[in-house]
Amino acid sequence: MNIALAKTDTGRAVSDVFAVARDRLPGTGKVAEVRRQAFAAFERLGLPHRRIEEWKYTDLRALMGEVKPLAPKPDAAALERARVELKAHSVAGGTKLVLVDGVFVPELSDAAGAGVNVRTLREVLENSGNEARADLLVTNTNDAMISLNAAMATDGVVVGIADGAALSAPIQIVHIATAASASAFTRSHVRIGKGARATLVESFVAAVGAGGYQVHDAVVLWIGDAAEFSHVRLMADAPDATNITSEIVTVGAKAKINLFNMTSGGAVSRLQGFFNLAGEGSELSVNGVNLLKDKQHGDTTLVIDHAVPHCLSREIFRAVVDDRAHSVFQGRIIVRPHAQKTDGKMMTRALLLSDEAEADNKPELEIFADDVTCGHGATAGALDDSLLFYLRARGLPEKEAQALLIQAFVGEAIEGIGDDNLRELAMAQAERWLEARG
Amino acid sequence: MMSLLEVKNLQVRVDDREILHGLSLAVNVGEVHAIMGPNGSGKSTLSHVIAGKPGYEVTGGEVLFNGEDLLAMSPDERAAKGVFLAFQYPVEIPGVATMTFLRTALNAQRKARGESEYSTPDFLKKVREVAKSLNIPQDMLRRGVNVGFSGGEKKRNEILQMALFEPALCILDEMDSGLDIDALRIAADGVNALRSPDRAMVVITHYQRLLNYIVPDVVHVMSRGRVVKTGGKDLALELEASGYAQFEDAA
Repeated sequence: MNIALAKTDTGRAVSDVFAVARDRLPGTGKVAEVRRQAFAAFERLGLPHRRIEEWKYTDLRALMGEVKPLAPKPDAAALERARVELKAHSVAGGTKLVLVDGVFVPELSDAAGAGVNVRTLREVLENSGNEARADLLVTNTNDAMISLNAAMATDGVVVGIADGAALSAPIQIVHIATAASASAFTRSHVRIGKGARATLVESFVAAVGAGGYQVHDAVVLWIGDAAEFSHVRLMADAPDATNITSEIVTVGAKAKINLFNMTSGGAVSRLQGFFNLAGEGSELSVNGVNLLKDKQHGDTTLVIDHAVPHCLSREIFRAVVDDRAHSVFQGRIIVRPHAQKTDGKMMTRALLLSDEAEADNKPELEIFADDVTCGHGATAGALDDSLLFYLRARGLPEKEAQALLIQAFVGEAIEGIGDDNLRELAMAQAERWLEARG
Repeated sequence: MMSLLEVKNLQVRVDDREILHGLSLAVNVGEVHAIMGPNGSGKSTLSHVIAGKPGYEVTGGEVLFNGEDLLAMSPDERAAKGVFLAFQYPVEIPGVATMTFLRTALNAQRKARGESEYSTPDFLKKVREVAKSLNIPQDMLRRGVNVGFSGGEKKRNEILQMALFEPALCILDEMDSGLDIDALRIAADGVNALRSPDRAMVVITHYQRLLNYIVPDVVHVMSRGRVVKTGGKDLALELEASGYAQFEDAA
């Protein structure tokens, strides 16, 4: 019997991209088989669209349309442009791991210090002795974009932090785009050992001349028992770029995790975080800020799964939306039947700076246990006129008065960053956005 | 001599209701004027219109500051020119540190006047001096603007700004509201310290009490959107004795 599957134009284009890219994708044998399966899973779903509940505000068929072909391996000129850009974004004293157009670049990266083991995804997947590591491409999710990432991932970093290691400096993964109208598929794995203390910074930036590109990233984190882990993600991609990032986090027992994301770049972006609290007594704080203007579309979607009792989660999200931009926040807290004494709270606030700005806040609580404390709140509104007038009566021009109030508004989320330098880095990104508003 | 502030036949509407019906007054540099009047006579409206608060429609008349058309300027331009309104109810601004606010405001005014901005050490030195002279503790400066301040602390913060920005015209809108007698005395001492031949003040108040502490040169009585009587400081005492009723008819 001959069954012909009807494909949309978009579907056909993506399969072409995969077919063309296949020979360049690292890994053979079992790895290649896992990629084929992942691509088949993607093809069954296609690009997410508004009839899929999780993606209803971010219809990638309408917003992204197509998956661009893989970016070429960066040449010397591209690496030079990346080097220039890197200077402006590196964290002082940090261990830099640099990915340019989706390819790890050792010349721009630092050697790992004591207690840290770094390999590239490419070398792990290509090493035939590592056949078993095909599992690095497997995740227990049914999301089309995560499947597409598994099929297409060209490189990334695989980081192991030893049990009990206390890192004095952050590890910084820097994604630099130099290409135009091409895509980069990256996937990184970070395993934080038991009782380890570490900070991970991720920066997404564009070199001069980059534009219209797509970033498809996945980050898989395992956080060991009693570890203390901070993660600061700063997304400042080109204003016409697309960034689709999935973060999959598994947390052990008695761990303390502090995550922060700021999105100010990209024409279309989505950060989707899946957090599985799998060990008792852990505390998870996830803060985020969207700063959007013009016709930017920025989506932050977080799913926190309280699978065990006695965990605490906190989410503070702030969106500042100007012009005709569109901000989306979806926050779901799941409390499994046995996860008693769960304490989960989520607060999302949107500040609308123009009549045409749009913010969608969708908090969801799915509670199956009966002895828990969970709550959520959502607000949307404009700047307070009485505060603006007070500042202007003291001599601040309108834009400066607004800027001060906007900084205060996002400050509540930024304050969650424990490290002074990283907090200033996030504030500096907010200030650049405010200056660009003019 | 040209007056520092000249209000001529000012007519102001809010939401289709006329609040000021042709108000006139002139304030010279170096003078302290009091504007007294019952609730609803338009005292606060006058102060808001001079400072440039949105929501008021000027339908007639003019306001000149040093001969310039004040109503054509934005609120921040007026501040830079030297107009300062001490708010009746200073707002709380969570997340904006008092020091950041003071420095941003002072430098914005200086920049608008084409003066050099203060460096951080110079600014800190200046704020500390002024705060000390007003008995404002350092920890108040570290908090968010007015956040968790008592009524007296908020008013002292207004006077601190007045001392820091050195405006040519200070309008004090019901400075005595919500203050007990001790807080009132501290605030009044702060204001008196800023009296100067180079500066004018307009003290808006419902009660004569405040004028025991800030003694005016000129007293205006407002009723129903107009100035109905102008006199010396004795006029305030006369009002205290006989009340506002005698002026209700005059308006």
